[in-house]
Amino acid sequence: MARGFNIRSIDRRIIFVLIFVAVAIPLIKPMGLPIGVSPPVQSLYDAVDALPPGTIVMLGGDYSPDSMPELQPMTIAFLRHAFKKDLRVVITCLWPASPPLIEAALTPLVEEFGKEYGVDYVNLGYMTGGPVTILGMGNSITGTFPRDYYGTPVGEIPLMDEVSNLSDVALVMEVSAGTPGTREWVQQAVSRFDVRLGSGTTAVGAPNFYPYVSSGQLIGLLGGLKGAAEYETLVGAPADATKGMDAQSIVHALIVFFILFGNVVYFVSKRSAAVADGRSRS
Amino acid sequence: MRREIPLAITFLIGVFMLVDFFVPHTAVTTSADELKQWGIIVIAASILLGIGNLVRVHSKKIARRNEGWGYSIITLTVMAVMLWLGLWPGAHLGPNEMIGTVEQGTPFNWMFLFMQVPLQSTMFSLLAFFIASAAYRAFRLRSAEASLLLIAAIIVMLGRVPLGQLLTRNLPEHAQLPWITETIMAYPNMAAFRGILMGAALGVMAMGLRIILGIERSYLGGEK
Repeated sequence: MARGFNIRSIDRRIIFVLIFVAVAIPLIKPMGLPIGVSPPVQSLYDAVDALPPGTIVMLGGDYSPDSMPELQPMTIAFLRHAFKKDLRVVITCLWPASPPLIEAALTPLVEEFGKEYGVDYVNLGYMTGGPVTILGMGNSITGTFPRDYYGTPVGEIPLMDEVSNLSDVALVMEVSAGTPGTREWVQQAVSRFDVRLGSGTTAVGAPNFYPYVSSGQLIGLLGGLKGAAEYETLVGAPADATKGMDAQSIVHALIVFFILFGNVVYFVSKRSAAVADGRSRS
Repeated sequence: MRREIPLAITFLIGVFMLVDFFVPHTAVTTSADELKQWGIIVIAASILLGIGNLVRVHSKKIARRNEGWGYSIITLTVMAVMLWLGLWPGAHLGPNEMIGTVEQGTPFNWMFLFMQVPLQSTMFSLLAFFIASAAYRAFRLRSAEASLLLIAAIIVMLGRVPLGQLLTRNLPEHAQLPWITETIMAYPNMAAFRGILMGAALGVMAMGLRIILGIERSYLGGEK
């Protein structure tokens, strides 16, 4: 290593190119790395899988396009599981950008499983208010969401005849990227209305919710793309998240390499500087 | 009276919502439900305020030709187009292109899925490049705490991806990276976050009480 080598002198574009290559190659040529299932994902899957056909579950889709690559696969995997089990799904959104994303996830699955709108599933769309809206649903879902995403009065939707408030919903799966999201659902609904809540969050947000898993306030947790890939594996339908795990593996390994290499260079530079300092003094 | 009346309203509503939490009597819950609906309406109205503020700020910028005023024109134009596509019921772009609806295939939905989604996703995905660069330049073993953080970060980064599983699959279960990662997440991480959560919850409770009792008045504005 050259004496006085400055690690900051490395052009960051070299790092950017390496990251690009590390993402692109596994996406073009997947390696098929094995995906193990972690306990929080397994417990969520088991809870959904144990529900009898016809049970009504709720999906809270609370994210926007920036977190879509991580969270959309969770939504798709959960909906696939629910439709496969003949569960009926009520969808709500506390983020204004969510409903079209949920629709994009629903459309191919509805065709694949032959589900009927208003009977097997309903999309209630977006409602502002965050925690107040969750509280409102605890007392009356139809009062809080008077119309669905398409503007149809909920009174005209057959499925909603059976859903008065959150106590009529066997399980809520909250896929969220921030606030309002999982934390607000735990605070407003879990203890007060005895809601069984599962959650899917971004990888960066997942550590925040482990206390809720430990306390039983969350029945399970999907963390980031890995969580989505694990759920896809359990559902038996590997899709986008599973494909993305190869790329994420290589990028993580590359970042670890960068960290280690950066530290080696740092210590070598530091030692060289100390030796040079000692010589100049003597 | 300009201050006393809002303070009195805050006190009464705050105490009533606390009562609603503990008293599930119909008389209480019905009124509380009504108040929650009001809350949703007030929050919805704040979106209109947001739009008004956006228009005001960008119009001023355009009028004064401040730096980047061209972007302000684009912002206002795109907002107007999306509002038009989303709100104007019954208008038609073409025989099969409805405006004022949100269904798939409509111009509003098309603009959202094929313009906003890729733009926002692209912005977010750039983070990967900056994180890699920052990790190389800034993550240093300068102290014992930093070393601990770095080791934990490396374990979790590798343990959260299939590569970590592949690398350690022949080791005993408790030495495999996914198991160590899950242990780090479920114990030290969870303990730290639980402490933070409890601290934050106590802070929220204290702030709630201060607002209800009229000690905290900054939300009224106009007071230093």
